[in-house]
Parts: sequence; C-alpha cells; structure tokens
Amino acid sequence: MPTLTPPPAAAPAPPGRRRRPRTGGGIMPFASGRSYWWYLLPGLALITIIVLVPLVWNVYLSFTEYRGIIAPRWIGLDNWTRLFDDERFWMSFRNSIGMVVAMVVVPTLLGLVLAAALFDVVGRKFGGRLASFLRATYYLPQILPSVVAAIVIGWILRPENGALNTILDAVGLGFLANNWLGNPDTALLSIMVVLVWIQIGYPVVIFMAALQRVDPELYEAAELDGAGWFHRFRAITLPMIRPEVFVVALTCTIAALKVFGPVYALTGGGPNNATIVPSYYSYQQFFQSQQVGYGAAIATALTIVIVIVSIVFVWAQNRSERKEQEQ
Amino acid sequence: MTATADRPKAKALPKTKPRGRKRTVGDWIVLAFAILIAVMIVFPFIVILINSFKSPADYANGGPLTLPTGLYFDGIVNFWNRVDFPEKLWNSFFISGVVAILAVVVSVMNAFALGIGRVKGRIPLILVFLLANMLPQEVLLYPLYSIFRAVGLYDNVWAVIITFVVIQSAFGTYLLASVFGTFPKEVLEAAALDGAGRWRILWRVIVPISRPTLGVLMVFFFIWTWNEFLIPLTFLISNANQTVPVAISVLQGDRLMDVTTTSASALLGLIPTLIFFLIFQRTLTRGITAGAVK
Repeated sequence: MPTLTPPPAAAPAPPGRRRRPRTGGGIMPFASGRSYWWYLLPGLALITIIVLVPLVWNVYLSFTEYRGIIAPRWIGLDNWTRLFDDERFWMSFRNSIGMVVAMVVVPTLLGLVLAAALFDVVGRKFGGRLASFLRATYYLPQILPSVVAAIVIGWILRPENGALNTILDAVGLGFLANNWLGNPDTALLSIMVVLVWIQIGYPVVIFMAALQRVDPELYEAAELDGAGWFHRFRAITLPMIRPEVFVVALTCTIAALKVFGPVYALTGGGPNNATIVPSYYSYQQFFQSQQVGYGAAIATALTIVIVIVSIVFVWAQNRSERKEQEQ
Repeated sequence: MTATADRPKAKALPKTKPRGRKRTVGDWIVLAFAILIAVMIVFPFIVILINSFKSPADYANGGPLTLPTGLYFDGIVNFWNRVDFPEKLWNSFFISGVVAILAVVVSVMNAFALGIGRVKGRIPLILVFLLANMLPQEVLLYPLYSIFRAVGLYDNVWAVIITFVVIQSAFGTYLLASVFGTFPKEVLEAAALDGAGRWRILWRVIVPISRPTLGVLMVFFFIWTWNEFLIPLTFLISNANQTVPVAISVLQGDRLMDVTTTSASALLGLIPTLIFFLIFQRTLTRGITAGAVK
C-alpha cells in the first residue's frame, strides 16, 4: 500500500530515504509493484540478441577469413592492413564526402535560406497558409523510400530519350546531353542530386519550427531600424536556431555515411567504382564476393567513423553552447 | 527534447493574415525563388505521373515531356500483375504495422523503467539504445543473417519484423525516456493513492495521457519501416515475401521493362507513401520537430 509521505523534490530519492530499497524508487517510489527492471527485460533481451551480439560478432569476423561455409579462421589484422592499402575502400569514403555534401551541406544551407524566406517573408507578407503549403511541398520527397526516389530521378536521367536530355536539347544545350549514370564523371553527381532532392525538406521543417521561438516583434523592430533581410537573417535567425542546425547536421551526416539504397538501385557502385560507398562495398563483400571477413572489417570501419563523427559533433555543440553562455 | 505533440501551440505557423504591409520588390523576388524551388521539387513527380500513362510508342514519338495522347494503362497493369503488387503491399503493410505497434509497446516499457523508474545505470543504458539506433545496419547484417538462417527465420517476414522492432524501439526508448522523465508527478501520486500498482499505472494512466506522443511515434515507425531497404533486401529473398521498395528495385534494368513500364513502377512505389503523407501530414510535421527541438 502506498504511504502518504510525499517524495522529496524531483530528483530520484537518495537511497537512504527510499521506502522500498528492494524495488527502486524513481519518481514514483510509493507505488507498489515489481521492480522496474522487469519492464526493461524484454527490451534488453531483444537489443542484446539483435544488436549487441551481432555487433561483437561482426567485429570478431573482421579478424577472420570467412567465406560463409567453413568456420571462420582467425587471421589477426590481415583484413585491416588490407583495408589500408585498398584503393576502393578509400574511394568509397571519398564518395561519402560527396554524400555529405549532398545530404548535409547543400540541404542545410539551402534549408536555412528557404526556412528564413518562408518564415520571414512569405509567411508574414503573403500569408501563413502559402508558407505551410510550400513547406509541405519541399517535404514531399522526404517520405519516399530512398530507392523509389532514386528510381524516379534515375528515370529522368535515362540516356536514350530521357527527360533531362530532352530538356537540354529543347533549350539548345543538346551538346551537354549525357549518359548521366553511366559516365564515371557524372554518376556520383547524379546520385548526389537524388540525395539533395530527398533531403531538402527536412532542414526546412526543423528550422521553421525553431523559428517559431523567435519573437516576431524582434523582426519588426529590426525592420523598422532599417535592417535589410540578410542582416536580420544573420543577426536574429541564425543565432536563434543554432541548436537545430547542429541536430540537423549530425543526423544528416550519419545518414549520409550510411547511404545504400540509391547506389544499389541506380549504379551498383559503378561505373568503375565511381559511386561506391562504404555500405555498398561491405554488402558486396558479404553477398557477392563471399569475403565475409573483409566485409565485416569495412562495416566495422564505417561504424567507427560514425561514432567518431557523433562524438565530435556533440563536443562541438557543447563548446558552442558554453561559449554562448559566457558571452 | 519535448513531446511537442502534447503542445498544440507549437504546431502551425502563425495564422496571422498578411497585414496590410507593403510588399516590396524584394519580397516578390523571395516568393518567386521559393516557388521556383517548389516547382523543381515537384517536377520529377509530374514527369513520372504523365509518363506512366503513355504507351511506349507514344513515348517514342512525343518524348518524355508531352502529355499522353491517350490514356494507356498497360504499363501500370503489366507491372502490377508482374510483381503481384497487392501481395507486396500486404507484406509491407503487415511488416510496418506490426513493427509500429510492437516497437511502441517495447519503447513504453523501456521508457517506464528508465524515465519514471530511473533504474540504476540509466544513462549508460540510454546511450546503448541511442547507439543501437545510430549504427549502420551493415555491421549487424551478416551475423543477423547467420542467426536467422540458424533458427529458420531466413526469408521470413518475422526476421525483418523482429529486427525493426528493436531498431525503432531503440529510438523510441531514447525519446520517451526523456518525455516520461517530465511526467507530472501529481498524477502518478494520485493514482498510487488510489491503490494502483505500477503495471496498472503504466497502462491506465501514463499511456493514455501520452497518447498523442505515442501516436506520432507509431506513425513514424510505420513509415520508417515501410521505407527500409537493406534488411528486407537481404532477408526476404523469395518473391512472395518481398516488400514494395524491394520488389520495385529488383526489377529495374530488367529487359522486359520498357520505358513507360519503368515509369509506372516508380509511380506505384511512390503512391502508398504519398497517401500516408496526405493522411498524416500534420502528425509528420509535428513529429519531426519533436525529435529536434529541446
């Protein structure tokens, strides 16, 4: 039965004052029932089987030679040293930089401009409904499965009689017509276009939500003072939504490092490895070359990169927040 | 991190009517730019739409940018029958629906222990959940493939369902743990005074009050799972088990797919998600901001 002494403040009750030390307190120390650990049991069991065990297993496989049939054979660091001399591996990460440009840099910059334009100009001068409508339009490609989005753009880029080549012809730029996905010089760029198209709506939505924290009076005052649009953007908008910029940049960078579907659907990493990315490379090693150990090393390397990137981002964010507070 | 879903205030743009303020030339230029970008984003959808209703001959004559001379449904019908589209729709729907429900249940239980129970070591635990959601799926792929083969779940939709319940609920746990951490304590106290145990309080008090947030999570889990590719591609190899994105992508470049059938395949791939978008538009815009705004 519950006792009537209200628990102290919001923080978890210190162990000494807990009424039921056996079952734990939390912010509801007085309710009877089984220990909270029982509630974690299914979740922890699942995450152990589906994530933790495979993760450790994959790291182990990266130190073995394994072709999927006979048991893995321990070969120490061989896969890892091979990785460092493997030009395709470095190529795949160089292409990842292209993915980061397409999924983080361009959408964030363009997203900032569009969000500010919708919020600051379209919303105020032409009505909130128009701004909402445009925002929804930008967001449209975001909800597509990335392979389907890739197929849509891939269809437009078809070499024979494709839509883009037809348009180029029609405006007198026919000499630019190209086998966009088949040419090593433009294949990566084509994949990047797919990703920009998919990604652009995400920062716009997040940034616009963030802008709602800004007091509209601030803009009006700045405008009355004769501050131009760009000035207002730099002095008010940007500092206001910096936390969201960090969140968008981090989540999109992680997503960019993981790109798989568009490469699988459009180029298969080709032509001539021009569009190979780490996730596709490891998939190839797992299921096409049967080099499971080597694929595991690539996947592990990708994981390490993602963890490092996340740590650096969080560190940078904390630092910038601290600086802000010091000012 | 807050459950914006619980705060109707933050969801829509300021509904103020355009004030009688003068619109400068600059304003019109900004508007034109915003509209131009919107047109560029919509353009691929329109191209796919008009070409899915053309015959290959019509396409050869008029090219990709003209309207069809007559409505031609063979491309769509051919592709529909060829991949047995209703079957793929059902597979996707079943997998995503089951994942959405189970992942929310698992997230709620985890978050109850972490956010309200504040069990010992909850910070490292939350980090583990966050990590599970961040990992590239490639790093789990081969071991999971081996596990599912060993237990006879390879090429079975349940392999995909279990995997995504874990991956999605990892995110859900992370989000809900902080939402539950700010749950009004008076409500919990009142329920406990009425003699309710923890199990009852969870399902009769916490879950109903958090329903808007849980609804947003469920919609997101559904759409995220629908859009997943790598894991369904690897674990569902027979035709009868494939999901919509997998079925559509494996037929690309097939010799029997003529140009307008390929367009039709893209159209069929994007229609379901467009429907979700129309149904859940508000939930979606509320939800994406829930993850980002502190």
